[in-house]
Amino acid sequence: MSVDLDFGVVLARWPELVWGTLGTIGLALGGMALALVIGVLGVAVRRSGNAFGRAVVIAFVELIRNTPFLVQIFFIFFALPLAGIRLNPTVTAILALGLNGGAYAIEIIRGGVESIPRGQTEAGLALGLHPGEVFRLIILKPALRAVFPSLASQFVMLTLTTSIATSIAAYELTSVARRIDGDTFQSFEVYFLITGIYLMVAWLMMVLFAGVARLAFAYPTR
Amino acid sequence: METPTLGPDELLFILKGLMWTLILAAIGFGGGIPFGLGVALARTAERRWLRWTATGWIALFQGTPLLLQLFVFFYGFALFGLRIPPWAAVAIALTAHASAFLGEIWRGAIQAVSKGQTEAAHALGLHYGSRMRDIVLPQAFRLSLPATIGFLVQLLKGTSLAAIVGFIELTRSGQIVSNSVFRPLLVFGIVGALYFALCWPLSLWGGRIERRLALGVR
Repeated sequence: MSVDLDFGVVLARWPELVWGTLGTIGLALGGMALALVIGVLGVAVRRSGNAFGRAVVIAFVELIRNTPFLVQIFFIFFALPLAGIRLNPTVTAILALGLNGGAYAIEIIRGGVESIPRGQTEAGLALGLHPGEVFRLIILKPALRAVFPSLASQFVMLTLTTSIATSIAAYELTSVARRIDGDTFQSFEVYFLITGIYLMVAWLMMVLFAGVARLAFAYPTR
Repeated sequence: METPTLGPDELLFILKGLMWTLILAAIGFGGGIPFGLGVALARTAERRWLRWTATGWIALFQGTPLLLQLFVFFYGFALFGLRIPPWAAVAIALTAHASAFLGEIWRGAIQAVSKGQTEAAHALGLHYGSRMRDIVLPQAFRLSLPATIGFLVQLLKGTSLAAIVGFIELTRSGQIVSNSVFRPLLVFGIVGALYFALCWPLSLWGGRIERRLALGVR
């Protein structure tokens, strides 16, 4: 049995692979930024004492976490035009990634916030800080610090999830690979190669998060 | 021309897709259990090459998208001249994927069992097999249950990616019906509700066990 591998025709398309990789990184960073905003807002609403807001956040989290991302992205892709909103597939993908990642971020950040002792909040209020300042400086920042490893691994997962955006033809690496596959029929070679690229991108994200942790959370705690 | 509507035929087609989703998840999870146990034991073994091999296997599957794992297995078998049906290629890929994730979950659980247990078993003269089977693994199993159930939910959702490879499971059947009846929101709403009906009870069950375990911590 002989196996013929020909990476040449695939590697010849390197400019597209580079752009695809940048597309993937862009989708991931955009999705993460949106997920972080949704995560913090969701936790704030859940803690606000508003029963309706709380119920909406809980329903959103359960709905997202118990259905596949592929179904979510299809749903959003078809729902937006019906709502009169026209977005290109790449922006739609960022929106879907942000909503999906946001649901997980809410759960993770909530865990961190609940781990902050009540006395810390009371001390902040006693020092004359605004409730908003107390949430931002005394609850949120140490909470994010506490859950940062979980949040980081969730965001690496989000980075890998961007590959599913190929289903709505967003501009990213897997879509590029499928086009090259269609042109060259070197299916195994192209998918094997980009799997390696994803591994490197995931590793890059971990390095990035380690850097963020050192910059943002390097203050002494005692 | 008559516009097709969402009738009993279409619903039946979606339910057939649901059956394939359940079959894929069952094979992936069922196959993932023995292989995952092997990965977990290798990952916690004394021999360094076993530990490193298992670490590499886990890093490979946790650092790449499941979709690409499906593609590589799918075309990999064809490349090596193995003619296997698409569902089998997908099932094998899901099994390999599950073995890495379950292996990492159970690695954590094995290491979370207090070291004194292993030392006591050593002192009693138990050999490796008995030490693992009778002392460590039963305790690790209990600890790992919430994360294991969480992964089952993840795997159930992950089977949807077989749709992109062209395999007709729940999501792909929804796509096909949606294209023929032009009611994407209704159809994907039904498909999403079916996944939710499968996953949500599992998630609730896992959460309940997790809270019970948290209470039991000494």
